[in-house]
Amino acid sequence: MIEFCHVTAGYGGEPVIRDVSLRIPRGEITALIGPNGCGKTTLLRAAGRQLPLYGGEILLAGQPVSTCGRREFARTVSFMPQVRAVPAITVRGLVSHGRFPYLGLARQLRSGDRAAVEQAMEDTGVSSMADRDLRELSGGERQRVYLAMALAQETEVILLDEPTTYLDLGRQFEVLDLIQALNARGKTIVMVLHDLAQALEYSHRTVLMERGNVVLCANPQALYESGKIDEVFGVRACRTEGAWYFAPRSKG
Amino acid sequence: MSIWQRYCIRSLPARSNRERTAVLALLCAALLAAAALSLRCGSQNIPLWELLSSLRRGDPGDPALRILLHVRIPRTLAGGLAGCALAMAGTLIQAVLNNAMASPNVIGVNAGAGFAALLAVSLAPWAARLIPLASFLGALGAALFIYALAAKAGLSRTTLILAGVAVSSMLTAGSNALTLLYPDMALGAASFMLGGFNGVTLAAVRSAGWYLAAGTALAAMLAADLDVLRLGEESAAGLGLHVGRTRFLAVLAAALLAGAAVSFSGLLGFVGLLVPHMARRLVGGDNRWLLPVSALLGGSFVLLCDVTARLLFAPFELPVGIVMSLLGGPFFLHLLRRKKGRVYD
Repeated sequence: MIEFCHVTAGYGGEPVIRDVSLRIPRGEITALIGPNGCGKTTLLRAAGRQLPLYGGEILLAGQPVSTCGRREFARTVSFMPQVRAVPAITVRGLVSHGRFPYLGLARQLRSGDRAAVEQAMEDTGVSSMADRDLRELSGGERQRVYLAMALAQETEVILLDEPTTYLDLGRQFEVLDLIQALNARGKTIVMVLHDLAQALEYSHRTVLMERGNVVLCANPQALYESGKIDEVFGVRACRTEGAWYFAPRSKG
Repeated sequence: MSIWQRYCIRSLPARSNRERTAVLALLCAALLAAAALSLRCGSQNIPLWELLSSLRRGDPGDPALRILLHVRIPRTLAGGLAGCALAMAGTLIQAVLNNAMASPNVIGVNAGAGFAALLAVSLAPWAARLIPLASFLGALGAALFIYALAAKAGLSRTTLILAGVAVSSMLTAGSNALTLLYPDMALGAASFMLGGFNGVTLAAVRSAGWYLAAGTALAAMLAADLDVLRLGEESAAGLGLHVGRTRFLAVLAAALLAGAAVSFSGLLGFVGLLVPHMARRLVGGDNRWLLPVSALLGGSFVLLCDVTARLLFAPFELPVGIVMSLLGGPFFLHLLRRKKGRVYD
């Protein structure tokens, strides 16, 4: 679905990821992991056209992303940044913004748009709070609302930058379950996750990065067996009874 | 939840559309009432029905008709339009810079317009029709300078305001120097610097008309896009919005509006800061509502201030800028105080 060909990108002329080549398959959940500063967010932002590329090319369904119009791109790929504004707006108002790439010059919602908004709220379980002020909601509820907006965008691909940050543990799993449910209905999902266990648990394919490069891209079990996680993070990864845990390397 | 978030929730209600429509209708009525007051009140009070009947008679010797045509109508138009334009410019600039402290007078847009207008008048006194153009270019120059500073240097909100204050004071110094160098220029330097509608002509308003129309049309086209921008730069770009172009066009619209208003009303400052805050209290932060509500509120506010300025020491007149600051200042402080009190309740 998304293919990185020798991509170099970064900020202010300084490359953060260098010469990255990577294939992200259609219909799967791909998790990007790596130590802080390894470039996983930069990679995601590059895929979401949030950054200029210094070199290489990103292909979306075989087409170079750079030749694609902004709105056209926004109808195929939605991007949920880690830090999001919390404006004074109702839940329905925010989710309606997901229809922006489909609106005409007058920027008026049509009945099809309204139906898509209601459906997206239904699917993420936020219909009951449709008329509430976004700022009154808890972190977990807001996250669902932002996911509803991404869903209303009706894109094939959803890019998520640390969707579970700032949430308590129970809410983290709720959001991940919701993401899994979206994937089950055909969405291709690429997300940056901070928590290794969650990444390995919830992804079909995990991309391990270190210092601006991809170390390995494999399914979680193969990644675990390769021992690369231990190497990159300086930990000992273990799997018992289907659950992942990590111990410091020093303690035998 | 942080104190800031709690403050925002209480001060920025997410209103239903029915409530906002009601506010809009009320404000339309308020603007009409203010315009009627402005037509009838002055050093000579003329009841509205008398104005109507002398209009119908159309006798050129009728003093009431002459007052109406040459004083009251130009003045009411100028006051209403300047208020609308400056309030919309303030709303646009606050949206572009995502900063509630910004306004055309704070960041030097008005000062730029004023300096350019004075420069045009001093250098080319024969070309009165060029004043709106000069004033627009001055406003645009100042606005783009501040915007480029914010974009390139990544200035914090406070630093940006300080930079604006610096730019504004340099330009005001320039204007003051011009008024000293050319003491007998056509604009009437002292009242221009304070802002006011004394002696405004229909011709001056008319030559600014195209700029007002263009600025208003541009603002109306951008309102929905500015709402998307409220979600943050990254989310807006992710929805397919051309963030840079939207911002540039909004700055352009603000410069058209502020420049046009300054060209015939002088340096009226406070409207652009005060009115968007009042409007936000009434209808929330949605620019599609905020822009029209700001416009109506700004027009009514300036007209009422102008009427007060005419009546307070009649038959002597105060420049409206003075009244505006005297009335608006305490009200603005009241808004701030109420917000703070509500945070801790």
